Amino acid sequence: MSSENPSFTDFNLQQRQKQQQKWEDAMISPPFGGFNQASESGYLLLSNRDNQTKILDHQEDGKSTGTLGTNKVQDWDPRAMLSNLSFLEEKIHHLQDLVHLFVGHKGSGLGGQDQLITQQQQFLITADLTSIIVQLISTTGSLLPSVKHTLSADIPNGELGGLLFPPMAGMNCSPQPQNGGGSKVSDQSSKMDVAGDCGAGQSHFIEEHETKEEEDADEGEYLPPGSYDILQLEKEEILAPHSHFCAICGKGFKRDANLRMHMRGHGDEYKTPAALAKPTKESSSDPVVIKRYSCPFSGCKRNKDHKKFQPLKSLLCVKNHYKRTHCDKSYTCSRCHTKKFSVMADLKTHEKHCGKDNWLCSCGTTFSRKDKLFGHIALFQGHTPAIPVEETRGPAVSSDKMDGKEASNKVGNINFSFGSPAATGSGAKNVMEVNEDADDPSSYFSPLGFDTCNFGGFHEFPRPPFDDSESSFSFLLS
Amino acid sequence: MKTNKKTTSNCNPFDFLTEEIIFTILDYLNDDPFSKKSLSLTCKALYSIESHHRKTLKPLRAELLSRTLHSCFNLVEIDLSNGVELNDLAAAAIAEAKNLEKLWLSRCKLITDMGIGCVAVGCRKLRLICLKWCLKVSDLGLQLLALKCKEIRSLDLSYLQITEKCLPSILQLQHLEDLVLEGCLGIDDDALSTLQQSCKSLKTLNMSNCHNHSHVGLSSLIKGAENLRELTLAYGPAITEDLAKCLHTFSGLRLVKFDGCLVKCSGVRAIGRWPRSLKELSFSKCSGVEDDSLSFLVQAHKELTKLDITCCRKITYDSVDSITSSCRSLTSVGMESCSLVPKEAFILFGQRCELIEELDVTDTKIDDEGLKSISRCSKLSSLKLGICLNITDDGLKHIGSSCSKLKELDLYRSLGITDEGIAAVTFGCPELEIINIAYNDKITDSSLISLSRCSRLRVLEIRGCPHVSSKGLSSIAVGCRQLAVLDIKKCFNINDNAMLQLAQFSQNLKQINLSYCSVTDVGLLALTSMNRLQNITVLHLRGLTPNGLAAALLTCRGITKVKLHASFKPLLPKSLLDYIEAHGCVFHWRDKAFQVEMDPKGWKLHFGKSPEAP
Repeated sequence: MSSENPSFTDFNLQQRQKQQQKWEDAMISPPFGGFNQASESGYLLLSNRDNQTKILDHQEDGKSTGTLGTNKVQDWDPRAMLSNLSFLEEKIHHLQDLVHLFVGHKGSGLGGQDQLITQQQQFLITADLTSIIVQLISTTGSLLPSVKHTLSADIPNGELGGLLFPPMAGMNCSPQPQNGGGSKVSDQSSKMDVAGDCGAGQSHFIEEHETKEEEDADEGEYLPPGSYDILQLEKEEILAPHSHFCAICGKGFKRDANLRMHMRGHGDEYKTPAALAKPTKESSSDPVVIKRYSCPFSGCKRNKDHKKFQPLKSLLCVKNHYKRTHCDKSYTCSRCHTKKFSVMADLKTHEKHCGKDNWLCSCGTTFSRKDKLFGHIALFQGHTPAIPVEETRGPAVSSDKMDGKEASNKVGNINFSFGSPAATGSGAKNVMEVNEDADDPSSYFSPLGFDTCNFGGFHEFPRPPFDDSESSFSFLLS
Repeated sequence: MKTNKKTTSNCNPFDFLTEEIIFTILDYLNDDPFSKKSLSLTCKALYSIESHHRKTLKPLRAELLSRTLHSCFNLVEIDLSNGVELNDLAAAAIAEAKNLEKLWLSRCKLITDMGIGCVAVGCRKLRLICLKWCLKVSDLGLQLLALKCKEIRSLDLSYLQITEKCLPSILQLQHLEDLVLEGCLGIDDDALSTLQQSCKSLKTLNMSNCHNHSHVGLSSLIKGAENLRELTLAYGPAITEDLAKCLHTFSGLRLVKFDGCLVKCSGVRAIGRWPRSLKELSFSKCSGVEDDSLSFLVQAHKELTKLDITCCRKITYDSVDSITSSCRSLTSVGMESCSLVPKEAFILFGQRCELIEELDVTDTKIDDEGLKSISRCSKLSSLKLGICLNITDDGLKHIGSSCSKLKELDLYRSLGITDEGIAAVTFGCPELEIINIAYNDKITDSSLISLSRCSRLRVLEIRGCPHVSSKGLSSIAVGCRQLAVLDIKKCFNINDNAMLQLAQFSQNLKQINLSYCSVTDVGLLALTSMNRLQNITVLHLRGLTPNGLAAALLTCRGITKVKLHASFKPLLPKSLLDYIEAHGCVFHWRDKAFQVEMDPKGWKLHFGKSPEAP
């Protein structure tokens, strides 16, 4: 099939491949969010599926430029796949011919054709497409578990396989009456795709760093329920690195303004003040409907179904909330190797202050302010302030009479202070151990356990703590 | 205790006893710490058992603290007062005593919020904690303490730099009964007036030396405290009618102390209109108290048992007359320097108030007749007769013959007293613990020899008694094994011999003043070998060399305070001083000139000639 693909050296493809590369470097995050309906089906994890979609779209557009390269050598049974694919290919070619036929009919100027024929045509195409899609899904469905592996194995070689993105311009920008059925189909397909994709690669995101522009400070705000519109984005939309996409080249942007700046490159029509203006400005004359956001995580207080629902104020709030609350903390501080964050901005903020944390809890958590530490200790049972090890240089312990037990005491304290920002990798490990200990308050001072104390009494006998009785008095002068 | 030793040396019958039985034996020994100690030192097993069973601890050396705490993990009380070298690590060690209920940390100036936080988390059963002068403890630590230790009954926050921020959480302590906020200057009327919380369980409040509040703040702090029994406002707001009225509703009040306050007569009269009688009242150093108002007050408060009118210089015979006639159950009276009270007035105490146990008539006109009358108070345990120039041996003989419970006797500069009087007291009062016969040139060794009969003597002050010598002090050392405080300044005849005897026998000695004595390096070195010695004053010792002093300081591991003449400072190596200071010792350098005269300020002359002078 790759041989049939001569025209794919155009700029758009290159750019898209670059973008593809970037996304996949970030371990593949399908940008479901900002995509409009038709494109949703277009960007899938499996090369063969993209392949199909591509063909599909081409058929809808009615200007096929050829098909993509075949699948690369992969781990699963290639023979079965090949037979499946060739079957699909045949079907698609069949459909392609059919659509060509319809186009030909249209082009022949039979304007007086009644709607019945159009409906019949649409029905035919719909039925064929549906069967293709079902076939496609059944083919890919068996492959899902190996997807991750395949992708990660493929990427370093730069083998993007047949990953290709369909141009959407035709779909969205230039209205074509015969697209009605096509878009309907793609709607269906997109739904199926989403269903098929769930659980496959979603949990492997690493989001791109996002600057923290504003705190999601919606505390204290009270809006009576019903006085605002509630929007709820899906998990995938929230976690997508970009929320605004170029309708022409598909490039993604975090901010609408950046997209508008980008659009200027696509032609003079995007340079008009109206096109560059902030979209919300247009509707300023209308009565402003307050928009609030709901977290898709059911059971969350920010979810609209929660009894004490507290809406989120903005899209950014949604994103930060979802990442902070419902995602893994995948960013680790490079200084202390202890603190983890799910929002890059939080990490950057922490790294600014990391190393200034002088207030240490027995659980290994450090604080830059004493009142924060005390608030933490007040909150958690059994946590106790950890005394910095520097203080052991005080006279109380540094005396020459320090015995083994005091030494072990010292060690115990050192353990506690390993959470300090200067700790290295091994230090972090120690912190983990302390953390485990922290579950049981009695084990805080494990080196000083009671067992050793019992024997300690005997060892100390020659030097009782009170030397003030007659028998133990030492008369220095001789 | 000696029988114990004998039996254990033959075979060890204690091996057959279970720990529980030994615990019971130890409990019986609670009254006598010395026998308990002897028992625990008999053998390793008993030592170990005793340390596990030990409930209270008062360590004298910080470096032994953590070790001791490990073996004594059942401690209920720890007294670490004056542990100026204790830091947060020590506090963390204390926090291991999970059963701790009482903790004294006064003047542990290195302990911060972190250490208090450790204690708060570790010792959840804490009922009493004293943080007096723990200057590094702030609101944060106290808030955590109040949050974690819900059982706290007694809280001493004297002289902490705290503000109103910690008060809400402290007042929310359900069981708080005793709160001391002495010298907390950060707490003022504005802070107190915003308090929403009230502590209903509060029984005792001490707000002495808080200058920034009036009756407004006070009433805000104690509102709702229906059970308030004791209130101390020494050196605080003026005692006006308003203040007395705002306390009017606290009918549970039993004790009020207005020491050093500005007292208005109207205030005193308003107190006289309180619905219930007080038990204890102190107007010490309140110069505004007058005969009329005081007489009115005592007629209403007939149940008074303790009355302190020290330095109320305006009161006369009339006050004493109404006090003794209305308050028949008085047990303690302090009327030092009531210089207008005539000698006849003191006879009234013996006639009307026979329950008196403590009487302070320092610097008054009391005479032998007064003493004879007071000797009818058979429960008398403390008698202060300092600078009473009208008393003689005859008066003391009356006391000695009837007051067998006497424990404390102060004869400072009572120049009429001789060996004869002292001997009479020691014969009649074997329980004597504290005696002061300073600046009396008639006292000789024979007084000390008769005092050596009092085996419970703890405090002996014979400063400026030129006729006592090593012979007398040696007999004290042998006879009074519990001696803890000794002042022999300007006893020129006391030399090394007495020090050697002290070092051998008086192992409980904690504090000694040796200035002007004839003690040399040898005597000092012998003294400092005593383990419990904490406080030593060595000024103008002619026989002392820098080397001897250095050796003595190095020997003395438990020392916390040394008063030395400034001339020694350049002679001692700085590293040595740093080392000793690092062990928790504070040096006080004095630069007083050597005084040859016994009585440089002319006390004798002054009081002998014009006793009327104030």
